[in-house]
Amino acid sequence: MSAEPGAGTLAAVLAGERRALARAMSAVENETAAGRALLGELQPHLGRARVLGVTGPPGAGKSTLVNALIGAWLARGASVGVVAVDPSSPFSGGAILGDRIRMGEHQAHERVFIRSLASRGHGGGLSRTAARVVDLLDAAGYDQIIVETVGAGQSEVEVAEIADTRMVVCPPGLGDEVQALKAGILEIADILVVNKADLPQAERTERELLAMLSLRHYDGWTPQVVRTVATRGEGVAELADLVARHGAACASQRRSHGGRVRRLIAASAADWLKRRIENLDGAEFEQLCTLVQRGELDYASADLRAAELALRAGKNA
Amino acid sequence: MHPPKVLVTKIGLDGHDRGSRVVASFLRDAGMEVVYTPPWQDIAAVVKLAMEEDVDVIGVSSLATDHLIVPKLMRALGAAGLEDIAVIVGGIVPDADEAMLLEAGVARVFHPGSALEEIAAEVVRLTSARRAVNA
Repeated sequence: MSAEPGAGTLAAVLAGERRALARAMSAVENETAAGRALLGELQPHLGRARVLGVTGPPGAGKSTLVNALIGAWLARGASVGVVAVDPSSPFSGGAILGDRIRMGEHQAHERVFIRSLASRGHGGGLSRTAARVVDLLDAAGYDQIIVETVGAGQSEVEVAEIADTRMVVCPPGLGDEVQALKAGILEIADILVVNKADLPQAERTERELLAMLSLRHYDGWTPQVVRTVATRGEGVAELADLVARHGAACASQRRSHGGRVRRLIAASAADWLKRRIENLDGAEFEQLCTLVQRGELDYASADLRAAELALRAGKNA
Repeated sequence: MHPPKVLVTKIGLDGHDRGSRVVASFLRDAGMEVVYTPPWQDIAAVVKLAMEEDVDVIGVSSLATDHLIVPKLMRALGAAGLEDIAVIVGGIVPDADEAMLLEAGVARVFHPGSALEEIAAEVVRLTSARRAVNA
């Protein structure tokens, strides 16, 4: 967005220099050449931070809970980085980035860094570059990093790949919606939070979640259910303890885990190829589309040829 | 160009936020990424927010004389090394005060009756200028 990171940027980011870090985030978010180069240099400096992913349906209280967690971690002497993703309009591409206003209590604190990202058309509950913005916070020395997804439904499970601990926030009384969530984001949860637990349906929601969990089998960590009232801070200290316990119990399952790296590379490579193909122009691609429209070429063959064209275009770019 | 990133905020004690909401919504619909805050922000928090979010432009809405502390915001931005972020002010600003704001480094002052399209066009222009300088 502003000053392209150049020489000295890596050192400034590692030193936690706030402005350099913010500008590096813009370069990474906008996928500039300098941003890519910086990420390469960053690689040996990653892996110290603990990353908590927070997801759940819109209005569950994710941002308010994040605000309360920031407070709990600050009180324990930790520094906290937050990446908050809000949806971009599919029509205008614009976005209102409003998560951080609910984190206002701590946003001015010296040991807090909050960055809002627009999803920019990326599915999965995050933006395409959110994981790399997390890397920057990690390299800058933030102890705890929180990634908050857009208000998520069933399949916004990408946060599971980039967080060490996955938290799903459920408001009480969703009833049927909790049922609907079962096959989706509830499955990725290490910790389930029934927020707004002062509402009358909270107990029932907690029971339903526990009943659901009791039907599944787990190796190692069994997902826990916690009740919170984020606006009043109730249950938040317990929640912070639980996050720490999960981190210690699942140290071998962290975000740098081999299987996750494999899936992240596959996802971002597929995304890269998709964008290349969408942006293909020229006679060859037009001809390919025409052949498919006329029924003279099957989709599977066309897929392969489109991928080849895109790879060739990528080399020339 | 990537979408302009704009902070729409209110500093000081005045809570009339209808104007800032209208502008924030319009800029969103014009394809921009808008960080919106409620009123009553203090200047240090606005500076930290603008830095962390790396916004291109800050829009300050003022109805009841809050524009008088905008020069203080300009100095704080300068002290933080953020003089490349353009600041625009919209609301009730007497002519004499407008001159004072421009003198303090404000890029543009919008008055009642300013077209939203004009505000959006100015934000795009200021964003392009900032990015050209920083590229």
